[in-house]
Amino acid sequence: MTVRVQTADFDAGREIADLRGSDPRVGAVASFIGIVRDINDGATVATMTLEHYPGMTEKALTDIVADARARFDILDALVVHRVGELRPADQIVLVVVTSAHRGDAFDACRFIMDYLKTRAPFWKKEGTSEGARWVDARVSDDDAAARWQKQTRHGNDT
Amino acid sequence: MPDSSPTSVTAITVRVVYLARLREAFGRSGESLAIAADAPTVAAVLTTLRGREGVWARELAAGRAVRVAVNHELVPADAPVGEGDEIALLPPVTGG
Repeated sequence: MTVRVQTADFDAGREIADLRGSDPRVGAVASFIGIVRDINDGATVATMTLEHYPGMTEKALTDIVADARARFDILDALVVHRVGELRPADQIVLVVVTSAHRGDAFDACRFIMDYLKTRAPFWKKEGTSEGARWVDARVSDDDAAARWQKQTRHGNDT
Repeated sequence: MPDSSPTSVTAITVRVVYLARLREAFGRSGESLAIAADAPTVAAVLTTLRGREGVWARELAAGRAVRVAVNHELVPADAPVGEGDEIALLPPVTGG
């Protein structure tokens, strides 16, 4: 289980290969990549600056991954989140989960993203044609995270 | 002779950290803050800061979505705080 916060870009293919290693138990890998969009709430985004709360961020991400491991039958997980100034089409976040079967890999990957969105201390500030503005949190993100609290885990079939 | 002051209230000193929008609104990234209370809580910290009025009262008004982390752990308003704790005020997070 690894979490990293970094300014540098990441290579998803290499990260996936590293996480899998040569573990023959891995039957499924699910991954998610978040990317900077060029339009948000009607304004053109020129830059997206991400800041975080060093110290707490790593702890929050580690807790989320540990929670995923407790809920789902997964073998390993990786979270890489970038900070600093990004531009449209830049990669922001990578989540990779390995498991024996696809159900747990998909579910754990989504769970980690849903919780990251509402619990990890990152903030986005957009530079737009109308000036700089902090991005507002979305109620839909809270709803997505809350969904997991009333849901029992899925089966384990491939 | 016992102390003649009406109540003896202990004061503790905590480190407060302001993040993202709050850092910009308050014009600082953090500060050392003395809290006078018998059993200091997160709520007492917020009350102390609101007492400065102006932008402090506006940004920390009841109903504003500000979450609090004590020593890097999200906690509710009635959570206790102690000497030397790091208390961070977080606007709603928007990562990912």
